[in-house]
Amino acid sequence: MNAELVSELEAPRHRTARARFITALGPLTALAGAIWAIVQPYRITLLHPHGQGFWWLFVEPPLLVIAVGLFFYFAIVPGVLEDMEEAGGTSR
Amino acid sequence: MEPPAEHVHWLFATGFLLLGLCLLAEAVVGTEVWRRRAWRAYLWPGLAFALGVLMWPVMTFFTNSTLHMLAHGAWAEVLMAAGAVELALVRGKIRSPWWGLTMAAAFVVSGTAFLVHEQNAWFFQRSSFLHHLLGWTLLIAAVVPLARCVRPRSQIVATCFALTFIVGAVFLYCDRDVAPVFGHISPLAGPPHR
Repeated sequence: MNAELVSELEAPRHRTARARFITALGPLTALAGAIWAIVQPYRITLLHPHGQGFWWLFVEPPLLVIAVGLFFYFAIVPGVLEDMEEAGGTSR
Repeated sequence: MEPPAEHVHWLFATGFLLLGLCLLAEAVVGTEVWRRRAWRAYLWPGLAFALGVLMWPVMTFFTNSTLHMLAHGAWAEVLMAAGAVELALVRGKIRSPWWGLTMAAAFVVSGTAFLVHEQNAWFFQRSSFLHHLLGWTLLIAAVVPLARCVRPRSQIVATCFALTFIVGAVFLYCDRDVAPVFGHISPLAGPPHR
């Protein structure tokens, strides 16, 4: 009986830690890109666009990192969290 | 209108970063949860296959020697093969975890291609350094997909697999056509970028 109670208490906490980790991945990636942009502003040619060609204006590595982080956070994470909840619910 | 080589590296880095994040998420939540939605199940194999396909235009338009062309062609082939095998595994057409050896082969071929097609020493300039670093990283990291064959459900192995792609993305983002590495640059490399 005790073991049953313990498993009921621990399982949600375990899932929450995973959910937090997944939720943090995108923002952390975007933060890394933002820090990179601040440390090396010359990598963002949009800040000094005069005389730059198409590719130098289109491909901005720190902004790409931020974009990946945001895409992951807004497009991929919500569905994963929903499915984690459902899987948790069905496994109970 | 062709992008400079460093831009191509950065675009591939972006693909690998997204791939790495997805694989890391899959490692954390578990394959069963990750594959609850079909598009997510096919995302990683599809991206791997697409990166292989995109390697062909890189081979066609950006290689300036036979060695470069062969290296990029080999990458395209092994990436497509590994992506196709992963697609078949997800689809259920093949079931043995030992098919994962294709990914280990892709790592070995890619690592070797990096090392073989970089003719300059480590500290010649930054891209030389990164080619050597990526080559050895991939050769050593080939152990990870090998371990996935032995322990397909191991969370640690899955995490290491994801981190390999994220590390690869970081290395690719560091690439510049001509730039110093740790203060070293050969006078033969040409005028450095910032």
